Amino acid sequence: MATVELNNVKKRFGLVEVIHGVSTKIVDGEFIVIVGPSGCGKSTLLRMVAGLESVSEGEIGIDGKTVNDLEPMDRDIAMVFQNYALYPHMSVRENMGYGLKIAKTPKDEILQKVDAAAKLLQLEDYLERRPRDLSGGQRQRVAMGRAIVREPSVFLFDEPLSNLDAKLRVQMRLEIRDLQARLGITTLYVTHDQVEAMTMADRMIVMNAGRAEQIGTPLEVYETPQTLFAAQFIGSPSMNVFETTVADKTLSVGEAIIPANTKAQGPVTAGVRPEHIIADENGPLSITVQMGEPLGANTLLHGRLGGTSDAFTISLPGVHHAVAGEVIRFSINSKHLHFFDIKTGRRI
Amino acid sequence: MEKRVTFKGWLLPLCLIAPQVIVSAIFFFYPAAQAVWQSLFIPDPFGLSMQWVGLGNFEYLLSDPYYRASFLTTGIFSILVTLVSMIPALFLAVVADRLIKGAGAYRTMLIWPYAVAPAIAGVLWLFMFNTRVGVVSWYLGNLGYDWNHVLNGNEAMGLVVVSSSWGRISYNFLFFFAALQSVPKSVIEAAAIDGARFWKRFWTIVLPLLSPTTFFLLVVNIVYAFFETFGVIHTITAGGPQQSTTILVYKVFSDGFVGQDLGSSAAQSVILLVVVGALTIFQFKFVERRVHY
Repeated sequence: MATVELNNVKKRFGLVEVIHGVSTKIVDGEFIVIVGPSGCGKSTLLRMVAGLESVSEGEIGIDGKTVNDLEPMDRDIAMVFQNYALYPHMSVRENMGYGLKIAKTPKDEILQKVDAAAKLLQLEDYLERRPRDLSGGQRQRVAMGRAIVREPSVFLFDEPLSNLDAKLRVQMRLEIRDLQARLGITTLYVTHDQVEAMTMADRMIVMNAGRAEQIGTPLEVYETPQTLFAAQFIGSPSMNVFETTVADKTLSVGEAIIPANTKAQGPVTAGVRPEHIIADENGPLSITVQMGEPLGANTLLHGRLGGTSDAFTISLPGVHHAVAGEVIRFSINSKHLHFFDIKTGRRI
Repeated sequence: MEKRVTFKGWLLPLCLIAPQVIVSAIFFFYPAAQAVWQSLFIPDPFGLSMQWVGLGNFEYLLSDPYYRASFLTTGIFSILVTLVSMIPALFLAVVADRLIKGAGAYRTMLIWPYAVAPAIAGVLWLFMFNTRVGVVSWYLGNLGYDWNHVLNGNEAMGLVVVSSSWGRISYNFLFFFAALQSVPKSVIEAAAIDGARFWKRFWTIVLPLLSPTTFFLLVVNIVYAFFETFGVIHTITAGGPQQSTTILVYKVFSDGFVGQDLGSSAAQSVILLVVVGALTIFQFKFVERRVHY
């Protein structure tokens, strides 16, 4: 029920600038995932939107109103924290109703809203328990319930699933996505897990070292990564990259020369995703296998790219029994090649 | 898997607990037992003979209006000391916890008074409030207030309470400060987002989370007020004027070593033992039940 605008937002701690100007416009009801490695500034950016960190420069707007100088409570947001941040001395019901109680909402209205949220999150049986008597997943739900009950215009999630085990994480991922779709509340979601970003986001902001490397839908980022970082961070296993030269729409890899449909010229960083490799006995390229990872549905083979010393990974469908030292030949469809400026890392 | 350490013989475990047991036995159980024994006799003033009186000492004490007044004095004194040493400590800890710059320096300075021995603290305050040469009493005199704790029992009580609490504030501050630092920051932030302003957060979130510490300090401070304030009272008022600051511990001393009524003194220490024991049991049984998490 609100838009969020970031306009050249910067953050400095003392003299150190940690966020170097992030701009984007988030439309009403959109699910935005901010993804990046630890220390990239993604949580800081989220906390600035929440009002828990001051904005050093630039503007943050919620629903068209600049909120830089507003207290968290006046921004009409709700936040779910990584460690849930439940009030340990209150029951689940009191936890969820705390915000409403502060806002002096009538008692029966609180009761009704908490009950509705508890029903939505299947927490009805736990309302009188204390957080310490709940499992991780249940605590996570309570934290979300606390956010929902206040009917905010923006949800903020700060790595909400990173304390859960793998199976529960997949389940909660779907639940959060489903909940957000049903409630239609604009959401900013921070994670370091690119799978979470890919599966949940309407659009994602890929962050690195305080910069937004790319802002786009998951498939846009996957198919046309705008920077070398975005290319390697999104997608699993990550994209193979190697330095090489392009001349007259051909690319030399070791001894081999393969066609390259690009306007790039001279030295470049080239990249190809492991899953875009086509095993081909007569293929121009080869990999010397060092180690295999059978995943069942497909097999990852790690080794060296033929004729170079670059580390290279390929993904082959099904089970593949490879031994160390084996040479596997393959080819690449030129539309799956990515090229990046060797200095700036920008897409060419 | 059993995580407890298991010993093969019993010589080593015996040696390990021996220091604690020996110290307790020599300095606590033996004198306590002796006090109980002595409370059943009246020795003559020269300590040459003892006369068996059974519970006579207790009977006499409980019907003695001075002794009963001392109970009331102790109650008022310990409640005041506990409040005066805990509330400012909590306030200072909350304020110091909010500091971003110079927090370390403030913390260190706030802890200093704890290093001052109670008797010296007593003398310090005595000098400031001395009716003839004290700085504070001189200022009070200029303001038209005639300070005289040597004559006025309430003023004497106020002075010993403040002197006893002063150093204790540092001690309590230290515990409150540590407890505040261990309140998860995200819980506070969650409350801020939920719309609670600073003092609202303090009352509804922080204070309940501090309750284990508060409870611990409550017990420790009451025990302190009962037993360890002797030095302060002895230096400042010596129990006066007119017994208005004679707390139970001080009366044990003044009846026993000044008044030479050793039987009564022993009986008083037995009563004191029972009172503090009961108080502690009461606190753990009833107050702790209301302590969250």
